[in-house]
Amino acid sequence: MSGSLPLSTCNSFLDRCFVSTCPNTLDSPPSGETAAHSNKGAQATLPMRYYEGRSRFRIVDVAELWRYRETIWILGLRDLKVRYRQTLIGVAWAILQPLTMMLVFATLFHLMGHMPIVGAVPYAVVAFCGLLGWQLFSTTVTGCSNSLVTNRNMITKIYFPRLALPLSTIVVGIVDLLFAMLVLVGLMAWYGIFPSWHIVTLPLFIALAALTSLAVGIWLSALNAIYRDVGFVVPFLIQVGFFLSPVVYETASVIPKQWQPLYALNPMVGVLEGFRWALLGKSMPPWEMMGVSFTILLAILIGGLIYFRHTERSFADRI
Amino acid sequence: MSEISIEVENLGKKYSIAPQARYQRVSELLQNSLKRVLHRSVCRAKPSESKRSVSNGAFWALSDVSFDVKEGEILGIIGRNGAGKSTLLKILSRITEPTSGRFGLRGRVSSLLEVGTGFHPELTGRENIFLNGAVLGMTRREISRKFDEIVSFAVVEDFLDTRVKYYSNGMHVRLGFSVAAHLDPEILIVDEVLAVGDGAFQRKCLGKMKDVTSCGRTVLFVSHNMGAIQRLCTSALLLEKGCIAKHGDTQSVVDTYIDAIVPTGGFDSIEQQVNDLPGDPLFELIDVRIEQCKKQSLYISNGNPTDLIVKFRILEQVKGLRIWFDVYDPSDTLIFRSFHDDLDSIPSVMNPGDYLVTGTIPSNVFGPVGYRIQLHAGLVGGRHCMPPVSMALQVTNDSSIGQVYPHTKFAGRVMSPMQWRPVQNI
Repeated sequence: MSGSLPLSTCNSFLDRCFVSTCPNTLDSPPSGETAAHSNKGAQATLPMRYYEGRSRFRIVDVAELWRYRETIWILGLRDLKVRYRQTLIGVAWAILQPLTMMLVFATLFHLMGHMPIVGAVPYAVVAFCGLLGWQLFSTTVTGCSNSLVTNRNMITKIYFPRLALPLSTIVVGIVDLLFAMLVLVGLMAWYGIFPSWHIVTLPLFIALAALTSLAVGIWLSALNAIYRDVGFVVPFLIQVGFFLSPVVYETASVIPKQWQPLYALNPMVGVLEGFRWALLGKSMPPWEMMGVSFTILLAILIGGLIYFRHTERSFADRI
Repeated sequence: MSEISIEVENLGKKYSIAPQARYQRVSELLQNSLKRVLHRSVCRAKPSESKRSVSNGAFWALSDVSFDVKEGEILGIIGRNGAGKSTLLKILSRITEPTSGRFGLRGRVSSLLEVGTGFHPELTGRENIFLNGAVLGMTRREISRKFDEIVSFAVVEDFLDTRVKYYSNGMHVRLGFSVAAHLDPEILIVDEVLAVGDGAFQRKCLGKMKDVTSCGRTVLFVSHNMGAIQRLCTSALLLEKGCIAKHGDTQSVVDTYIDAIVPTGGFDSIEQQVNDLPGDPLFELIDVRIEQCKKQSLYISNGNPTDLIVKFRILEQVKGLRIWFDVYDPSDTLIFRSFHDDLDSIPSVMNPGDYLVTGTIPSNVFGPVGYRIQLHAGLVGGRHCMPPVSMALQVTNDSSIGQVYPHTKFAGRVMSPMQWRPVQNI
């Protein structure tokens, strides 16, 4: 289907990734207890590892997640391939959605006679920039929140760190983002905007956007495993969040100065404003606002990991 | 070699069977957590002696299970449905956590509780091999190395780039098993996955399992197929209602299990029946046994011939003594009657002494259902020498008939004796 379109090059690239040449091929096995934990590293006598239920407070086992990085990657690739298989225009959807939204809002605000932005950068670019970040968030949060439930059969049949499922959904979000980024580059070239040195911080803000999406997604995935209400909450949350985040407008032009720290309790505020700062060379968003956003982000992330870890052990029984 | 590879200590798993427990409402959650705080000290109690008591909506699927498995040992886990086998495997493969007790594992663990877990219908066979392998704990390098082997074992070479959703059931299952069979962990946990595919593939899987297990790997293997357990396992564990009923060498555990599950059909044991026989001036039954492959059992398979062996004593010279078996089907219809002298040409004359007579029911006669066999002894045109001795026979299907579609429901009373020549082009 997608083979007849230029985008098929992307698919065949993915094919190759999937099958043989993956950037992070491992030497050590991803599962089980590797020599890293063995006493004296003696291969013949692996150490006995004990497991019991009802263990006390546990934090995420990062070493284990790292051993399973290949599984996370493959699960992410699976979602990516499945997402655009049997679609006519494939990954073009990742571009069409923000592009349409941008056009709609640009027209709307044009008709209203006031563009909710400050500075000289055209609205189209500002809005598209925000929509990119927001798309990463909405795709990832939606994917995350369903990740445990849709992979229920795996959870009840195989052991792997459950966190691998929500984490793997970021692959789709990032790939979509990269494709949409091509359009942004085109837009910027069209308007003759040249990024400043701020551009070097872009990966950082992409990582922050990913982290924010995952932080929220991890909460929702664990909640969804037990309370299916989450299925109703997520679309609503994304819709409300769209207007409560500086997606199609800029904070500075809409939110009064004194309310900005409160507004920044939404961690996407810091992320999206950071995005614009890095890409479009806008003026630096106020520090206090960024600080609030990132503190909240950290709180959500750590809380989510703890909650996930806590409920993880009953997933197989309750999902 | 004698190193312990799996150590299980007082493992218990409690399930809540109260209907509201699955999806609690927030209000109930608050209420319950309040209760929990209040009763914390009380609730910490261990599973009681009344093992599986279903009290307060709680149900112990496993309680107080302890055993060790040595390195290289192949432990068969058997038991009736609901005995806790799957729960035990799920705990040991870390899919779910135990409520009490703990367990230790030495080395990498792979569990195979279902064939083709994680297969995605929209992906091709090739992609699914990598996906499934990764999820089961193989590295991509490992999968690449074994790729050809996996493909040729599953016999799906021509469909590698076809999406799995277009696969037939059989292909799906073959591919799933094939990936799993090429895992390379120190400990392998396998649940009943051999009960898939057609007869030929099942045999191939068993062979593969044998290979896998022969390289010193520790294996836990759950199956209802006693034949497979006996062939593969070095020891066995019988679970009953969540507790260990027996743990020891395969043969004795399997025998215990078979004795426990084979319905006696309301009959006393053969021994009991023989002991209870009234005396007879001419004839005394010493023993009657049903054997398959030189092993006494009332739990037989129809792929092998079954011997019916009768030992008896003649107290006075007697002419025309006949011993016969009546075979009844589940609806208690007499299927056939066979006399011990059916193939003789002259009536027998027997002198006092002990005798043994063996009749063989060839393979592919019994269907996979329950039969009742009755032993009679009597004099031609005269009296019966004893009341009949009844035995209930349970038959499993591993016959060579109907292998193409092994799930075809058994119809009729015995297997078809018909011979077919190959289909000819005319």
